Amino acid sequence: MTFLNFLISGISLGSIYAIIALGYTMVYGIAKMLNFAHGDVIMVGAYICFFAISSFSLPPLVGILLAIVVCTILGIVVERLAYKPLRAAPSLAVLITAIGVSYFLQNAALLLWSSNIKMFPSIFVLRSVDEAGNEITQSNIALFDGRLNLSYVTLVTITACILIMLVLTWFTSKTKMGKAMRACSEDKGAAQLMGINVNATISMTFAIGSGLAAVAGVLLCSAYPTLVPTTGSMPGIKAFTAAVFGGIGSIPGALLGGLLLGVIETFAKAYISMQLSDAIVFAVLIVVLLVKPAGLLGKQIREKV
Amino acid sequence: MKKKFFSLLLAMMMVLSLAACGGSTEEAPAGDSGETPAEEGSEAPAEGTAFKLGGTGPLTGGAAIYGNAAYRGAQIAVDEINASDSTIKFELRYEDDAHDAEKAVNAYNVLKDWGMQLSLGSVTSKPGEATSAMNYEDRIFALTPSASSVATTEGKDNVFQMCFTDPGQGAKSAEYIDEKGLGTKLAVIWKNDDVYSKGLYDTFMAEAEARGMEVVSDTTFNDGNATDFSVQLSDAQSKGADLVFLPMYYDVAALIFSQANTMGYAPKWFGVDGMDGILSVDGFDTSLAEGVMLLTPFSADAEDEQTQNFVKTYQDQYGEIPNQFAADAYDCVYAYKQALETAGCTPDMSNEELCDAMIAQFTSMTFHGLTSDDAGMTWDASGAVSKSPKGMIIENGTYVGLD
Repeated sequence: MTFLNFLISGISLGSIYAIIALGYTMVYGIAKMLNFAHGDVIMVGAYICFFAISSFSLPPLVGILLAIVVCTILGIVVERLAYKPLRAAPSLAVLITAIGVSYFLQNAALLLWSSNIKMFPSIFVLRSVDEAGNEITQSNIALFDGRLNLSYVTLVTITACILIMLVLTWFTSKTKMGKAMRACSEDKGAAQLMGINVNATISMTFAIGSGLAAVAGVLLCSAYPTLVPTTGSMPGIKAFTAAVFGGIGSIPGALLGGLLLGVIETFAKAYISMQLSDAIVFAVLIVVLLVKPAGLLGKQIREKV
Repeated sequence: MKKKFFSLLLAMMMVLSLAACGGSTEEAPAGDSGETPAEEGSEAPAEGTAFKLGGTGPLTGGAAIYGNAAYRGAQIAVDEINASDSTIKFELRYEDDAHDAEKAVNAYNVLKDWGMQLSLGSVTSKPGEATSAMNYEDRIFALTPSASSVATTEGKDNVFQMCFTDPGQGAKSAEYIDEKGLGTKLAVIWKNDDVYSKGLYDTFMAEAEARGMEVVSDTTFNDGNATDFSVQLSDAQSKGADLVFLPMYYDVAALIFSQANTMGYAPKWFGVDGMDGILSVDGFDTSLAEGVMLLTPFSADAEDEQTQNFVKTYQDQYGEIPNQFAADAYDCVYAYKQALETAGCTPDMSNEELCDAMIAQFTSMTFHGLTSDDAGMTWDASGAVSKSPKGMIIENGTYVGLD
């Protein structure tokens, strides 16, 4: 039963990595750049939702929607100001700019919201009233006499993750905009000749990626509720690893990579060595990349999306 | 043309935002409550008649809660002393180090240029190790309120601590748990990439072994995976640990409490001074920290008049209950006052002269402060303090003395 419990916490952690990795992979697949500021957009999304819920007492759903809207706008603005002028520049310049944006967002958050940690409210709970009339909140389902704990956040995260993956796959393969994105990822120049507005398409990609980041931020902080200006950076890096693991640019790959990374990390901690868990995760990554240099699902790289 | 205009605009925005950053860091030492303690101490003595007392601490950044507390505690003490008829007057200046060793050295240099004669060292250990080496080289005496690592004082004859050393705290915690019979099966969760946590863990384990205490679960984490604690908590839970020792800072502890709660695991929690501050976390459900015990030398609800006055002044000025860091810094200033008075020092003495006088005083005097009991505290030549800690427990959202 402990094995199952570990598996569940691994999947829970992994599905959060996966949802962040979706954003990375999406932007990489289309704009061909590593948006290292993605982790910090997550942090901004979490802060927006936190303030909407706790300072303005808005319902959680409104908080999430607000976070998505703000992050989408932020993503577009960042793309317009920081990345668009570098469209023709070498990819290294864009990469360094992305790191710069990441630091800028972190420090702006530090100035705006101070470094004191905030506890993210638990929003995925079941509220009910017991016989005495007291309100009780339940945050997990206990199975098999409480030997197996399944929290609602985990369920919501996994569902959201699969849903987002399906919608994104549908979007990129069936809609006009999605097709334009794939065309851009294949060959920007040729796409432009075909009458596709490359700049608008890339902006759109950033908008979607940042909207996803907001969702990831809310889910991340619901599962692990401490919120500081650096909250997004470490999960961001792990999720980037997950994206590479699954094959960067591939949407199902991000899901698979994220889940595997979370499960391997948890099992390594539980059964091998707690101090070496990160080393084990990255060792597995190296082995996978040696055998399959494009990542697990990287062979679909020609689809790019 | 349009492009040029835009890049010009962008450049201007960047300059402006930089200027804005600069402005706010200058404001930052005033504390985030919007009040400026420096202004309240407006009766600051004229140049040359007061001892220049400087310190560095994280006034911004992840550990800001400690730096601001220490700064405010010291400021209250300085204001009190300057307003009294004491012949010793102080001029206090704190510089931000953002809990970063490199920034702390810069901050130290700013203070040195300002003419610092006596130093309050740094508030946290990592910067403390860097600045104390400078204190030693420059022969500026330092008494740090809370940089607790051994390396801060090791090999430096003029660096003293107001707080317990990390090993001291770890051993005291084990001793306390054993003597009070708080738990039979113990678990420890510690952070393996942090000198503070490691130091506490090592001595806790050594003391626990020496006393024959049963540690059933020993688990760890680091910066990179400090999000998910289900493995550590399940390990402690499945092995039936009834007390979990947490040698770490309160930010991670808050996460552990909330995950343990989700798992339905409710052991006794035992923390150290890094746990102090958990109740002031924004949005934290304090009921999760109910029953958390911690070993700290200061308790804000102590009955004695000195503590009561300090707590009241602090609350009036900053709107919150002072923590141990504030009390340590307050004690530092008063310890200096006592030492300077006894040695008959005057503000026109050089820092070398003051340094020698202070070393002689601190190794021989007994000081009574907020963070000591009736027996007072003493220092040995290594700079470590000897005082007895108080056990505290969180009840109804406030700290209550355990004894």
